[in-house]
Amino acid sequence: MVYDIAIIGAGVIGAFTARELSKYNLNILLIEKENDVSCGASKANSGIVHGGFDPDPDTLKALMNSRGVPLLYEAAEKLKVPILNNGSFVCAFDSEGEKELDALHERAIKNNIPQVEIISGDKAREEEPALSEKITKVLVSRTAGIISPYELCIAAVGNAMKNGVELRRNFEVAHIDKNDSIFVISSVEGERAEAKRIINCAGCLSGKIASLCGDDSIEIIARKGEYMLLDKTEGNLVKHTIFQIPTKSGKGVLVTPTVHGNLLVGPTAEAVDSPEFTDTTAQGLETIKRKAGLSSEKVDYRAVITSFTGVRASISSGDFIIEPSKKVDGLFNIAAIDSPGLTSCVAIAQYAVDELKSDGLELIAKQNWDGEMDDPNFFSKMSTDEKNEFIKKNSLYGKMVCRCEQVTEGEIRAAIRREPRPCDIDGIKRRTRSSMGRCQGGFCVPTLMRILSEETGIPMEQITKKGKASEILSGKL
Amino acid sequence: MEKHDIVIIGGGPAGLAAACAAYDSGIRDILVLDREKQAGGILRQCIHSGFGLHKLGKELTGPEYAAHYEEMVKLRNIEVLCETTVIGVTKDRVVTAVNKNGVLEIQAKAVILAMGCRERSRGALNIAGSRPSGVYSAGTAQKLVNIEGYKVGKKAVILGSGDIGLIMARRMTLEGTKVEAVCEIMSYSGGLTRNIVQCLDDFGIPLYFNTTVAQIHGKDRLSGVTIAQVDENRHIIEETKRYIECDTLLLSVGLIPENELTKGAGIVIDPITSGAVVDQHRQTSVEGIFSCGNVLQVHDLVDYVSDEAEIAGKGAAMYVKGQLKTENTAVSIAGNGVRYLLPQSFGTDSESVSLFFRVTKPCGAVRIDVKCGETLLKSEKRIRAVPGEMEKITLKKAELEKIEKSVTVELEEI
Repeated sequence: MVYDIAIIGAGVIGAFTARELSKYNLNILLIEKENDVSCGASKANSGIVHGGFDPDPDTLKALMNSRGVPLLYEAAEKLKVPILNNGSFVCAFDSEGEKELDALHERAIKNNIPQVEIISGDKAREEEPALSEKITKVLVSRTAGIISPYELCIAAVGNAMKNGVELRRNFEVAHIDKNDSIFVISSVEGERAEAKRIINCAGCLSGKIASLCGDDSIEIIARKGEYMLLDKTEGNLVKHTIFQIPTKSGKGVLVTPTVHGNLLVGPTAEAVDSPEFTDTTAQGLETIKRKAGLSSEKVDYRAVITSFTGVRASISSGDFIIEPSKKVDGLFNIAAIDSPGLTSCVAIAQYAVDELKSDGLELIAKQNWDGEMDDPNFFSKMSTDEKNEFIKKNSLYGKMVCRCEQVTEGEIRAAIRREPRPCDIDGIKRRTRSSMGRCQGGFCVPTLMRILSEETGIPMEQITKKGKASEILSGKL
Repeated sequence: MEKHDIVIIGGGPAGLAAACAAYDSGIRDILVLDREKQAGGILRQCIHSGFGLHKLGKELTGPEYAAHYEEMVKLRNIEVLCETTVIGVTKDRVVTAVNKNGVLEIQAKAVILAMGCRERSRGALNIAGSRPSGVYSAGTAQKLVNIEGYKVGKKAVILGSGDIGLIMARRMTLEGTKVEAVCEIMSYSGGLTRNIVQCLDDFGIPLYFNTTVAQIHGKDRLSGVTIAQVDENRHIIEETKRYIECDTLLLSVGLIPENELTKGAGIVIDPITSGAVVDQHRQTSVEGIFSCGNVLQVHDLVDYVSDEAEIAGKGAAMYVKGQLKTENTAVSIAGNGVRYLLPQSFGTDSESVSLFFRVTKPCGAVRIDVKCGETLLKSEKRIRAVPGEMEKITLKKAELEKIEKSVTVELEEI
C-alpha cells in the first residue's frame, strides 16, 4: 500500500504531527528506528513548558512558543499526561544580569507573553526560600510549567494510533528513492514502505533524512545536555523552575521539580559529533553541580538517583525549520527543533499541517476523530476508595511490583496492552514509572521481565532493556 | 479498623525473629506483613552456606536459615500475611497496607519495623558513561541467577567488595561466567574476610584496591568498562586508566536501610546508620514503634540480625503489656575510631546493655575503651578490627550504674 504520508521519527514532533494529521482522511505511517517511541531528544530533556519570553521576536520559535503554551496545557489534559503550571524564575546575580532580565522582559512584551514580571531577590526568596542570597533580581513567568515529555510523546502516538495512524518501529531508514512521485523508503534490514509525502521529524537525524531524499540544505548540530535526577525526598526544595540568565548555548543550568515530585538539575550544553553520544561524564556532572550551586546551595547531591544525557538538534541560524523542502517535492521538513521545541510541539504540528495544506495536501476532516485518551490510572495517585475499587475489579492492582514508586502489577499489565505497546523494560519504565525510583529497578526488574515475557510471549532471554542487542540475560542456567 | 497488639513490617530474618520473641514474651496477637509471595526476605536468594554458625550452632544456607524461623513462627501460630505491601505507617501506629483484597488499615499497639535494606544503584554513584544493559546491582543479579534460573552474562567485572558482590563472584564463576576483576575504591574490603578467601582467592579472581570503574561503555549491551586507580581523595588517576572488555558489571557498593516508611512516621533517623535512632529496646523516637535488622543498621551476619530482632520483639511485647518503663537514659557517643554506636541511647538502670558499632578503618590489635567523661568504665582488647565486621561491647549493671548522661566508646591501637 502507498501511504498518503510517512512521518519519519516518533518523538514529540512526529507524534503530534501524526495526531494532527489523524484528524483527516489520510493513510499515515509513523516510522521509528528504535524499539519504542520517544527515544531521542523527547526522552531526555528538562521537561519544561517555557513561558515564551526568551526567543527573539519575529522568529518561528517566538511564534510557536507563545502559541504553544496554551495548546500544550490543553493537549496534556486531553491526553491525561501529567503537567503542572508551576511558573518559572530567571535569576540575575549582578547589575549586568539585571540588564539581561530587563531585555528578557522587553522581549516578553514583544512576544505577547502574559504574566511576566521582575521581582527583587528578597521577594523571590519569600516564594522560594532555598534560593541563593546572591540572587539580586528575578524574572517571573507565571504561565511556565513542567511536563513529563516521554509520557506526552507516548500518549500522542497512542492517540494518533487510536485515530488510525500506523506505527512501525525498529525501522531505521537506509535509503529513500523516488519513483513517479512516490517515495520508497527502505530500512537497514531491507523492509520497505511507500508514501506520497514524507514529513521529516527525525530530530538529530533530520539532516540525514532530508539528504537521503535529495535535500542537502539542513546541517544539524547535535548538542548534548547532562542532567542529574534526585530522590523525591528533594522534590520540594523549589516549587518553581529556577533558570539562570540564558546564554547562546543554552538556558543555563536549571533546578526544577518534576511533575512526579523529583528534583532535576542540569543541563550542560556541549556540541557533540554524534547524536548517539549520550554518555554522561564526570566533568559534566561537576559542571552541573557548580552552576546549579549559583541558584541554590541547598541541593543535596547525595540524593542523586540517576544521571542522564539528552541530545538536541540545533542549527547555526538558530530558528526552527517548518517548511516544504525547497529541493524535493513532497518532502516537508520539521527540523532543528531544539528548545522550546517541547513547549511548541502542538503549535508546530498545527502550523505544519497548515503549511502542508498550502503546499497542496488535500485535507478532508474525519467525522469520528477522538483527541482524548483514557486515564492510565496510576495506583499511587488514587484515593483509598479508588484503590479498593480497582483491586476489587482486578486483584493485580493489589500486587505491588515497584516499591519505590508504588506501581502495581495491574497497572503494568494494562500499560503493556495499551498502544503504543512497550516491548522492553525501559518502555515499561517510561509508561508506569516502575524502576524509575530510588532503587533504580534493583528489586522490580526481574518481575518486570517476567510480566513482559508473559504478556508478549518474548522468552526471558530475549527481553531487552531498550531493544536491539540490549538483552538482559545471557541464557538459562 | 482491624486491630492487633503487634504488627511487624517485613517477614525477613528480622521480622520473623522479632515475631517469635514477642510471642515468647507473652503476646499472642501478632501480625507479620511481607510483600513477597513467601516470607524469608533476601535469605531466599542467598543459596550459599555460612548462615547460623553463631546463632544456631550449625552452618545453613540462606533458605534453610529462613525455613528454621518460618517453622518457629508456624509452631507459634503467628499469622504471616504475604504479598501484602505496607504503604504507610503513622506515629499513632496505624499501618496501611495493600494486597489482593484491597487496602488494609490496621491499628497496632506496637509496630516493629523490619523492612531491610536496598542496594546502592549505579545512579547514586554517578559513574560516567553510557546506559547499556548488563549493569546490575549484585543482589538483582543474585535473584536472576538463584531464583529465576538465568545467566546474566559471559564476562564480568564487579565494582565494590561488599559481601553480596564477593558471593556473586563465586556464584557466577561456578555458572561459567568469567569474572575478570573485583574493584574496590577503598584501600580495604567492606566484606567479610572469609568471603574474600572463599569467593575470590580460591578461584583466582583478582581484587584491586583503590580502584574504581571510571566509565561504562556500550550502546545496547555493556561492551566494557574503564577501570582506574584513585588517589587518597578518591579522584581518578588518569594514567592508570585501563579498559576491560566485559558484558556484565555488578555493583556491590553499599546497602541503604529502607526507611521511607520510618520517615513517613516522623521517626528520627541517625545520619550515620541511615536507620532510626533507638534505645536499648530498639524503640525509636516514636513511642511504640520499634526497629531491627538491616532497616536499623546494615549487619554483617544474619545471626546478629536475629539477635537484634529478639531485643525489639521483646521490647515491643513489654510495651504492649505496659512494662516498658522510662528509665534514666544516657546517650552513646562514637569516639576515636568508631563510626557509630547503637543503641544511640539506653537506660542506665538496665541489667546489661550491649553497644554495637563499626570501626572506621581496618586496624590491628586495638583496645576498646568505654568512658564516662574521664572515667574509664570498661576496656576490652581485640587482636584485629575491620569495618566490615560488627563489634560489640557489653556493659553490666555495675558499670551502667556509674554512667551519667553519656558514654563514649573509642579505639586505641596497641
